[in-house]
Parts: sequence; structure tokens; C-alpha cells
Amino acid sequence: MPELLQFAFSGLTVGAVYALVALGFTLIYNASDVVNFAQGEFVMLGGMVTVFLHLAGVPLPIAAALAIFATVLVGLALYAFAIDPARGSSAVTVIIITIGASIFLRGVAQVIFDKRFHALPHWFGSEPIRFGGAAILPQSLVVLAGAAIIVALIFVIIDRTILGRAILATAANRLAARLVGIPVRKIVALSFALSAAIGAVAGILVTPITLTSYDVGTLLALKGFAAAMLGGMGSAVGAVVGGILLGLAESFGAGLISSKYKDAIAFLIILATLFLRPQGLFGKKSVERV
Amino acid sequence: MSFPLLETDNLSIAFGGIKAVDSVSLTVQPGKIHSIIGPNGAGKTTLFNLISGLYQPSSGRVKLGGEDVTGLPPEQLARRGLSRSFQNLQIFFRMSACDNVMVGRHRHEKTSMLGHLFALPSVRAENARSRDLAMGLLERVGLAGVANKEAGSLSYGALKRLEIARALATEPRILLLDEPAAGCNAIETEEIDRVIHDVAKSGIAVLLVEHDMRLVMRISDHVLVLERGKSLVSGTPETVRNDPRVITAYLGTFGTEEANRA
Amino acid sequence: MARLASSRWSIVLGLAIVIAALPFLFPSNYYFRVAAIVNIFALAVVGLNLLMGYAGQVSLGHAGFMGIGAYSVAIGSAHFKLHGLLAMLIGAALAGLVAFLVGRPILRLKGHYLAVATLGFGLLISMALANEAAWTGGPDGMGVPRLEILGYRLRGPDTWYYISGGALLIGVILALNLIESPTGRAMRAIHDSEIASRVAGIDVAAYKLRIFVLSAIYASVAGSLMAFLNGHITPDGTAGFLRSVELVTMVVLGGMGSVVGAIVGAAVLVILPQALTIFHDYEHLMLGLIIMVSMILLPRGIVPSLLARLRGGGA
Ligand SMILES: Nc1ncnc2c1ncn2[C@@H]1O[C@H](COP(=O)(O)OP(=O)(O)OP(=O)(O)O)[C@@H](O)[C@H]1O
Ligand SMILES: [Mg+2]
Repeated sequence: MPELLQFAFSGLTVGAVYALVALGFTLIYNASDVVNFAQGEFVMLGGMVTVFLHLAGVPLPIAAALAIFATVLVGLALYAFAIDPARGSSAVTVIIITIGASIFLRGVAQVIFDKRFHALPHWFGSEPIRFGGAAILPQSLVVLAGAAIIVALIFVIIDRTILGRAILATAANRLAARLVGIPVRKIVALSFALSAAIGAVAGILVTPITLTSYDVGTLLALKGFAAAMLGGMGSAVGAVVGGILLGLAESFGAGLISSKYKDAIAFLIILATLFLRPQGLFGKKSVERV
Repeated sequence: MSFPLLETDNLSIAFGGIKAVDSVSLTVQPGKIHSIIGPNGAGKTTLFNLISGLYQPSSGRVKLGGEDVTGLPPEQLARRGLSRSFQNLQIFFRMSACDNVMVGRHRHEKTSMLGHLFALPSVRAENARSRDLAMGLLERVGLAGVANKEAGSLSYGALKRLEIARALATEPRILLLDEPAAGCNAIETEEIDRVIHDVAKSGIAVLLVEHDMRLVMRISDHVLVLERGKSLVSGTPETVRNDPRVITAYLGTFGTEEANRA
Repeated sequence: MARLASSRWSIVLGLAIVIAALPFLFPSNYYFRVAAIVNIFALAVVGLNLLMGYAGQVSLGHAGFMGIGAYSVAIGSAHFKLHGLLAMLIGAALAGLVAFLVGRPILRLKGHYLAVATLGFGLLISMALANEAAWTGGPDGMGVPRLEILGYRLRGPDTWYYISGGALLIGVILALNLIESPTGRAMRAIHDSEIASRVAGIDVAAYKLRIFVLSAIYASVAGSLMAFLNGHITPDGTAGFLRSVELVTMVVLGGMGSVVGAIVGAAVLVILPQALTIFHDYEHLMLGLIIMVSMILLPRGIVPSLLARLRGGGA
């Protein structure tokens, strides 16, 4: 029993990170139909930039803020120099571009930083808290709280602000949004910036626990996508729920079945979702019209 | 009365509460032209999609040549001799006009992939035969001159006829045509009119959706009027034309110009 | 000119001449090696192009099949003492079988979903190759015994250049045959309109599956050749995600739906990083940059763009 509780805790922690990656995916996907495979690199950059600024003597909070800022710049650059020029290209072409961007960012990180694993100090110490026979790291609570705050913030932005309205309108119908005077390209750029910020924060929060290196992005992107798909592409609620469920599935799968193939669970979830409920948990079903 | 080739029995489907097709029954005889008319959104295309296996009916049956084919996918129906054209073109845009029609030969061609990989003499002979047949059909719809052009570069009117040629290439027993003359000029419409006539004369059953009333009244053996998914009137062109319900419900919304032309 | 370039036998003849003539320009064995790698990738890309460029189905996990071909040769020779050629055939059959089994569910997907599902499949294969160290030597890979035919040990890069060139030629001939057949027309039809294809009597799911299996066999044979050429293979080097991305980029860069384009795409993406990478550390950076720049500047691919220009700049 304590074992199961332990799995649940670690599942929730990684699940929170997946949820944030999936949320970032969803923001960009809704605004532009682009599936951004460089989403995982935002997480990597958040962690790595903080690590190296911290190593250079910058105090942690400032290093973290600078890392978020730097990642947002990268997100905007990604949009301006790689996505926007390819407007009108086929979906496959755009996917390849974002994969190219992901490889490029990884390559840059490898050159600027290094190829080793890095950690950040735990915010409130690394002494585990005992709870029902299981142990939780205080940092896990930080991750969960941080993720909850970000999710709440994003939902408030989408629900309560003019900006959110513009995002929703753009997601619903790009052409119509343009016709009523919404600056669609600015909105899309903004979604990249917002996604980058979310990714960076996720990276900063979780690095003390999972460590980071230049190449953590690919798997995160796949898992974020699996989570988004499980929840239903385009649904922000779905992204969050999907992320948590995926984290739990991985944690229990690794604990009860095989840890060697933990990373395969995301793939199996993608397949299972597509068979049983292709529109995802929170997505809407659609019929192809002829 | 001869044996019906196509029968629908109380066919229905709804989209989000709206009954797009509501208990429609019809029968089509071989060699006859059966037309379906009705205002925009009446459910004509949806009815075609149900018959051709693209949509699953929520209730009702479809019979083809006496066999119950309800719910069969389009490729199975094609093998049983049902083919159709599309109101919103479904063209293989990156293939030549001739290749488009050759695709229609598919169900008559051998499908051994090994044979295809090694370009066996029999495959080459079959290719040549399909090409000849396709060229003949292109000739028939007046497109022989553009046979080797990429379909994406052809005019709308040409593509409408290309769809008919492709559908005919499957050698159907029944042909469903969804607004074949829409967007065509007078000469092209004339040509389509003639092709439909010939097709019916060769014994193929034709189910036709068309807004061009002159065309419909001239060539149809039977006309069914749909309104909001329901069949309103059904009979010969003569009875339908003179039915007061049709004049108010259909022609009223559709414009008196058409009525006069009819 | 354009008509000539696209006719079947002029492509085959031209390719044969290029393969036979290039060695006269090679100053060293290094060039044979690079050219052999080009041939091998080109073979895989010709197969993938049938799937992507003609049938319109993307696969971001195709290196997984290369991995199956490579490791079949390595494991077959090392653990089961099979003859290399037999192991290669078994690998091709295995890749085809795996493609048949996973293709059935995966190919029901479209667009992004298909891309991600195939990506996940590729990751799964490279994960398995890295994890099952008892068989595969784990992440560091394993050695591949030299192929021996009638007492000759095939080892020099020049030998493998000619062998891979011959394999590529055969692969191209088969692909061109297929494209000009009912199967080829069905593939292209599916790409443009699945609905019209079905109405024309084409069993869309069955055809997608067939092409997927065929392209997997191409990739597997290429993987086997790669194993023979290199004498040592790793999960990342044969089946890794980067390899899959490279394969897809080669298809798009050369030109979707162009067999010549597949070869050109492979050549460019193999040679360019070799020429540009002075330091090993910049490999990813360069690759990512090349992928992005070529997709943005040449979304239609090199060969179709050139052909359009030859036809007089027309659309
Ligand atoms: N896939 C679908 N999902 C939702 N609603 C649909 C779908 N297909 C058709 N409808 C609805 O069903 C109704 C009938 O449409 P249909 O296209 O069959 O009309 P139609 O008679 O062919 O009209 P037109 O003359 O304009 O071609 C319309 O209200 C349409 O919006
Ligand atoms: Mg219609």
C-alpha cells in the first residue's frame, strides 16, 4: 500500500510536467494548427539556462527569471524565423521544421552548455516528507503547486481577458478572426511566447528532481503530445488531465510492470486513445463532410 | 415492371438533432433516369452519401440488385457496381486526366503487387488496355484533348465531366451523379445531357441530383422532390411539375426563372 | 527535356551511368565510403518516398525498420551463425511482418496523429535495441561479422559502393515499375482523395498497408547494407529518432513523389553535413539548421523545383 502511494506521488509530479508541456502544445496548436515538436526544448532551456547562470554565480531567483525570459525570446524567434516564413506549407513540412528547430536547439545547447546531466538545488531542502509510509520530496509539492498556479493563470487569461477572447476566436476560425480585425499573427506569436514561458517554468521547477541535460526535450515532446491527445487535441482541460493521467500511468507501469520500458507507455497510450476514443477524453467528435 | 436495381427503404440520418434525411424510400430501375430535386440543404447530397456508403444510416435499408448492402463501405459497393460523382469535386489533382480515369478501372485490374513491381508483360498489357478504355471515355465526355494534362490545371466544367468519365470507367450498374452540370456552360451541359442519355440507354441506372430544371425535366423518367430531408412528391416529370406543393415549397424558394425555363 | 527526365528508362540509364562513372572522380577510399552511405540512404528514401510522396502517408519512425535490418544481420551472424545474406533476407521479412502488424492500426490515423504514432513506434524499436543488451550489446552497439561470398570477404568501401549502387538501382527500377502500375495509381489516388479512391473501388486501408510494408522492406535492406558497410552498429546510429528525421527530410528535400528527388535528397543530406561539420560537436546544430532552412526555402523539394524551372518557370 505505501508503495502504491509512492507511485502515485511520483506519477503526479511527472504528470504535472507533462501537463504543462501538453498545455503549451495546445496553446500553439489552437492558435496555429502547428504541432510544435520543439516544445520539449523549452523545458530543457528553462532548466539548462538556470543551471548555468546559477553556476556563474547569479542568484537562483534571478537566474530563473532570466531563463524564462531567454526561453520566451527563443519561442518568439522560432515563430518569426521558422514557422511564420513557412505559412501555407503542408502539415508535414511544418512538422519537419519544428523537428529541425528542436534538433537545432539541442545542438546549440550542446555547444553553449555541455553534454552532462545537471541538477539545481531543491527549493526547500531534499529531506523527504513522510506520508502514509511513502516519501515525498518537498520539491514535488513545489512542482505540483507551480503547475497548478500556471494552469490557473492560463485559464484566467483565456476566460477573463480580451486577449483570451482573441485566442479563442483565432482557434475557432482563423479567417473569421482576421476579418473582424484580430491580429492573428500577433496572437500566434504570443502563443509561442506563452508556450515557451510555460515550458521554461516546468523545466525550472522539475530540474532539482529529474535533472536536466541538452537532450531531454525529445521524449518530453512525445509525452506532452501523448497527453494532449489523450485529453483531446485542442482542449486545455484535456491537456492537463491527460498529462496527469500519463504521469500516473508511467509511474505505476514502471513500478508494477517494467521500468526498462517506462517510456514506451506514452506510445501505448497514444495508440489506445486512438482506437478507443480518437477524439480524446475531452475532444469533440467530427464527421468528414463530402 | 422490371426488377429494381437500387432500393432504399425508409433511409434516415440525423446530424446533431437535425434530420438531414428522414425516411426516404425510392427505387431505381436499370436503364432509367431517376432525379432528385429540392432546395439547398434539402438532404440530396446526404442521401447520396448514405446510398454510396460514406455515411451510416441511423435507420433504414439500402438494397442493391436485391442484396441488402446497408452499411457496406464504398469500396465494397464499387465492386457491386455502384459509382458516383461528387458535388464538391473529389479529383486526383496531381494526376493526369487520363490517370484519373484509369483509377476508375481499378476494380477490373489485377492487384498482385509483385507483378506490378516487376512490370510483368501481363501488367503492361493491362496498363495499355486501361489506358485505351480511359481515352475512349475521355473522348466520350469531350476531354480527349486534355488527357495528358494534370487534372489540377483543368477548368471546373472539365473536372465535372472528368468525374463522370472516372465513374463510368468502373463499369457501374448504377451511377449517382451529384449536380453534374453545376458550373458548366451551355455547351458542356449539352454534352453532359447527351452522356447521361447514352449511359441510361446502355442499361445503367442513373440517380441524378441537379438544379438545372430544364435538364431534369427533359431527361428524367422519374422525379423525387426532397424538402428538409423528407420526400415531398414523387412521380413523372409531368406530375411533379404540376404539383402545387412543389411549386410553392420548391420553386417558390428556388426562383420563378427556373419555373419558367422548365 | 523535362519529359525525358521523367521517363522511366532514362532515369534508370542515367543513374547507372552516374554510379559507374563516379568512381573515376574519387581520389580516396573515404569518397567511396561516403558515396556508399549515399546509396544506402537513397535506397531507404526511395522506399519511404513511395509511402510519403506517392501514397501521402508520413512515417517518422522509418529508421526503426533500418534498425531491424541492421540488427538482423548482426544478430543473425553473431548469435545464430547464419550466412549474412540469409540474415538480410530474414531481416527484410521481419521488417515486413512488423510493418504489417503495426501498420494496420497506425495507418488509420492521419496528419499529426500518424506522425506522432510512427515516431513513437520508431522510439520503441530503438528503445528495445538499447535495452536488450544481451542480444544487441546495448547502447554501445555490436560488431557485424564481415560478409563472405564464395570465399571472398567483402570489406573495402569500394566493394560496398558497387554493391549498394546495384541495390539502389534495383530499388529504383522496382519503384518506377510500381508507380506506373495499378498499384501506383491507387497510391497516388489515395494521396489526393481517399473518398474518391474508395468510390473507385480501392481498398484504401489495404493499399496503405501494402505500401507501408514495402517501404519497411526497403528500409530494412538499407539497414542491412549499412551494417555490412560499417562493421559496427548502434541503436541510435541505425534506428534512432534522428535517423528517422533525416530520412523524412531527405524525401521532402529531394521532392515528394520524385524518385530522382529521393536520391538527390539523400545525397545532399549525407554530403552537406560531412562538408560543413568541422567539429563533431556542431553536428546537431548543423543538421537542425539544414533541415529548417531547406524546408523553408524549398518546401516543394529540389527536383520538382528544378523541373518546374526547366518547363519554363510554369506552375
Ligand atoms: N457531415 C455533416 N455534419 C453535419 N451536418 C451535415 C453533414 N452533412 C450534411 N449536413 C447537413 O444536412 C443538411 C442537408 O445537407 P445536404 O448537403 O445533403 O443538402 P443538399 O440537398 O445536397 O443541398 P445543396 O443543394 O446545397 O447541395 C444540411 O443542413 C447540412 O448542413
Ligand atoms: Mg448537395
